Amino acid sequence: MAKSQVGMKVNGKVVEALVEPRMLLVHFLRDQLNITGPHIGCETSHCGACTVDLDGKSVKSCTMFAVQANGSDIRTIEGMANADGTLHALQEGFREMHGLQCGFCTPGMIMRAYRLLQENKNPTEEKIRYGISGNLCRCTGYQNIVRAIQFAAAKINGVPFREAAE
Amino acid sequence: MIPGAFNYHRPASVAEAVGLLAEFGDDGRALAGGHSLIPMMKLRLAMPANLVDLAGIADLKGVRSDGNAVVIGAMTTQHDLIGSDLLATKIPILRETSLVIADPQVRYLGTVGGNVANGDPGNDMPAVMMCLGATYHVAGKEGERRLPARQFYQGAYITALKTGEVLTAVRIPVPTAGHGYAYEKLKRKVGDYATAAAAVVLTFKGGKVEDCSIGLTNVADTPLWAEEAARILIGSSLDAPIIKRAVAAAEAITSPASDARGPAAYRTKMAGVMLARALTRAKSRAGA
Repeated sequence: MAKSQVGMKVNGKVVEALVEPRMLLVHFLRDQLNITGPHIGCETSHCGACTVDLDGKSVKSCTMFAVQANGSDIRTIEGMANADGTLHALQEGFREMHGLQCGFCTPGMIMRAYRLLQENKNPTEEKIRYGISGNLCRCTGYQNIVRAIQFAAAKINGVPFREAAE
Repeated sequence: MIPGAFNYHRPASVAEAVGLLAEFGDDGRALAGGHSLIPMMKLRLAMPANLVDLAGIADLKGVRSDGNAVVIGAMTTQHDLIGSDLLATKIPILRETSLVIADPQVRYLGTVGGNVANGDPGNDMPAVMMCLGATYHVAGKEGERRLPARQFYQGAYITALKTGEVLTAVRIPVPTAGHGYAYEKLKRKVGDYATAAAAVVLTFKGGKVEDCSIGLTNVADTPLWAEEAARILIGSSLDAPIIKRAVAAAEAITSPASDARGPAAYRTKMAGVMLARALTRAKSRAGA
């Protein structure tokens, strides 16, 4: 089968490569580009651990071929920290609010939460839960992930973070 | 999970796509959002030698008004449907349905065309399209055909679509302004297919049901148009005894499989429960 030439921008850097059409985007990122933030969890489009931001959409990179991403602009967890090395508000939120335990789901959670906050700067708790419903976490029970996203939203909006009363 | 090898094609027009699919015959498959086909390919339940990606065809995207109808391009995503002001005003049941399909990531890529053309009885849009009386535009080498959604589904993954044809758009007559609607879906968790679901569109006049249409999801080999159940309701004020009769008529046409979502008898009952809820909600939204 003929290989295909692909070119895309990943975390601001232009990459070009020759790929087999059947190569999944997550394998391209991890095995060919050494970008291992997108995790392979379920491989069946359920868990969201492989989520990346692609042309303004949250995408499960295990359910897309690299050839489909030709010409796109992709961001992964590796591209989230600020240029000076300080953490993105979401990364800080996950650290401060204990939004992770084993950490396996975290890159997918943060990339999904990133797009959610781009689309809705101040989501309610219900909207956050609905917005991350395509990402599974088997450790935290989601409570602290929701708090982490609320923390990040407050920081981005420049308002003090106030936890909702229990 | 690694899919079987294939050649990748990305046509820029419907004519080009149809030409490629005609050339490949059974060795070719059209790729839309890929969220049904790629998982099947990963499991090697599908091993097309040629994939014809429709993503490069600009004509297949978007929602537009056309006289007394709305035309939705096949490559329009569920996410696009949720954000469409035109649909929110004219056919709000499509937004309500899109919001309960899969999860946010899947909705960014999953398309209307893929959802209705795939023939999976678990997909939500087919029953809604039957309920709305939609027509599918299908392009083939011999030209375009228009197929009513109500005659499109023949069995699980078997539709009126012939090898080499592509579904290009869905045309939906706009329901009467002030109509009531609801899509009620029972599912075990986010992302799951329906245990059972019901779509209702109805209009009221002088406190009586003037028009009513009902679709059912995932309770047979195909989506179902519950014509008899809807007929029972016409002229009524949707009180409890008449809803009970319509529910019985709807349950009678189901033939669900017993699977992880529950035994067949339970899923039939749930179809009835979803219908009763959808009718009540549709009534509350309808201008009498």
